[in-house]
Amino acid sequence: MSELLRVADLSVRFGRSRNWAVRDVDLVIAPGERLGLIGESGSGKSVTALAIIGLLADTAHVRGSIRWHNRELVGMPDIEYSTLRGRQLSMVFQEPMTALDPTMLTGRQVAEVLRLHQGAPSGRARPRVLEMLGKVGIDDPERVADSFPHELSGGQRQRVLIAMALINTPDLLIADEPTTALDVTVQARVLAELRSGLAEAGSALLFISHDLAVVSQMCDRIAVMRDGRIVEQGSLTEVLRAPKDPYTAGLIATANLDAVAPGERLPVLEDFYDH
Amino acid sequence: MKRNPTLAVGGAMVAVVVLLALISVFWTPWLPTQVSTNRLAPPGAEHLMGTDGFGQDIFSRILIGARSCLLVGVVAVGIGALLGVPLGITAAINRGWPGRLIMRTTDIVYAFPALLLAILLAAARGSGSTLTAMVAIGIASIPAFARVARGAALQVLSQDYILAARGAGIGRRGIAIRHVLPNITPVVLVQGSVSFGLAILAEASLSYLGLGTPPTTPTWGRMIYEAQPYLYSNLNLAFWPGLFIALAVLGFNLLGDGMRELLDPTLREADK
Repeated sequence: MSELLRVADLSVRFGRSRNWAVRDVDLVIAPGERLGLIGESGSGKSVTALAIIGLLADTAHVRGSIRWHNRELVGMPDIEYSTLRGRQLSMVFQEPMTALDPTMLTGRQVAEVLRLHQGAPSGRARPRVLEMLGKVGIDDPERVADSFPHELSGGQRQRVLIAMALINTPDLLIADEPTTALDVTVQARVLAELRSGLAEAGSALLFISHDLAVVSQMCDRIAVMRDGRIVEQGSLTEVLRAPKDPYTAGLIATANLDAVAPGERLPVLEDFYDH
Repeated sequence: MKRNPTLAVGGAMVAVVVLLALISVFWTPWLPTQVSTNRLAPPGAEHLMGTDGFGQDIFSRILIGARSCLLVGVVAVGIGALLGVPLGITAAINRGWPGRLIMRTTDIVYAFPALLLAILLAAARGSGSTLTAMVAIGIASIPAFARVARGAALQVLSQDYILAARGAGIGRRGIAIRHVLPNITPVVLVQGSVSFGLAILAEASLSYLGLGTPPTTPTWGRMIYEAQPYLYSNLNLAFWPGLFIALAVLGFNLLGDGMRELLDPTLREADK
């Protein structure tokens, strides 16, 4: 199987802290594959994602290797890195309310990314931007493109951000809890639009979430993170049916509350560890 | 406007100065440099604000003076903002040694009084002129702009949309010009209006010391300087230029305060 991304022995720590936020992480993503990275807050999911796209804070120390199309990304100068970002590798962030520049029309923000990587002049960028906004489920692309972010709802803003991330048909989209800030009905629609957008662009996906139900809708493979390490990874069905790590088993049981008989105590993670 | 009286009052005061300057382009009651035997006349129908020691019409000189006052403000604030803001943003983006070097250098300039700088420049050029005064005041106001821009830019750079923009592949220059600059503009505008007031005051001081505009062009500072021998006998001469300097400086400061209230969302929320 060909590889798009291979992360090997990746460890990250910040400043003078001796604790590694991410320890010895190994991940492989094939072209078009959808990998879910699941774990609780602080388990190192977002740090792993930021390390892959090269946006860690200046104080971060990175060890190990991140190979992208057989090029090493760890230690790559930022100028070179930024030519990959937005074109081959792109990212959708968790918080749609703050991830758009408040002083810029949303259409111009999407067009900026398109122009940056494809050099289309501003006049010709607009039809492409409107088309892309339509594809991610925005009903009135004209109005949304000519709006400032504060004039849009959370769901609309997240769709704009997805449009921005997909407009250059990247090889890999990293989505860091893209629907956590949205309410449940909007979440389901945005996920469906994200799926169809990915299918059309042919992009692979690294989907970060703490929500097992969402990950199982979006991904073919799953990696479970805890305390900076990957405790288990495999195909979705494999991991869901026969979890090897007690933490994974706990996650699955706590997400599957219908299986608990009425009146019974609800399961907690501690139940799955031997004491 | 009703909810922001500071802005309204400041704006009105600035508008008066701008109006005077505009009127002077088309009309002055007398030639401002026309000497007459009617010396030290009190305010009256013929000379609205009286005449000075050379019999020149004070009102005409006030009108012309508004022009150089605004010119000095625009040029000095322009120099300060055009150099200070990019330096501040650069220092915020490159927080390592380039940023520290920029900020320490501006600290040194900050410690150097504008007046002394103007005297140096005037000495280097042989004589004082409006240009040396404007350049000196402009250079002296660079540090204030650099500091304000750096502080605001650091805050903007920590926002999610900057991370998202970097994630989309936008480089440092693009981030600085298209994302940081528009977001710090309100703060820079406020600093501009405050610096404008200070520049007018500084030019008046320099003209008063004879380091600014040459005698042939009337400026408000120079008028006070020329009124000095008559301070005890004829206060009228110093009163009018003094009044308009105070009006312009106070006006620009109130305008700055008002803009800060208008543009600062946290202050706006407290209003409700």
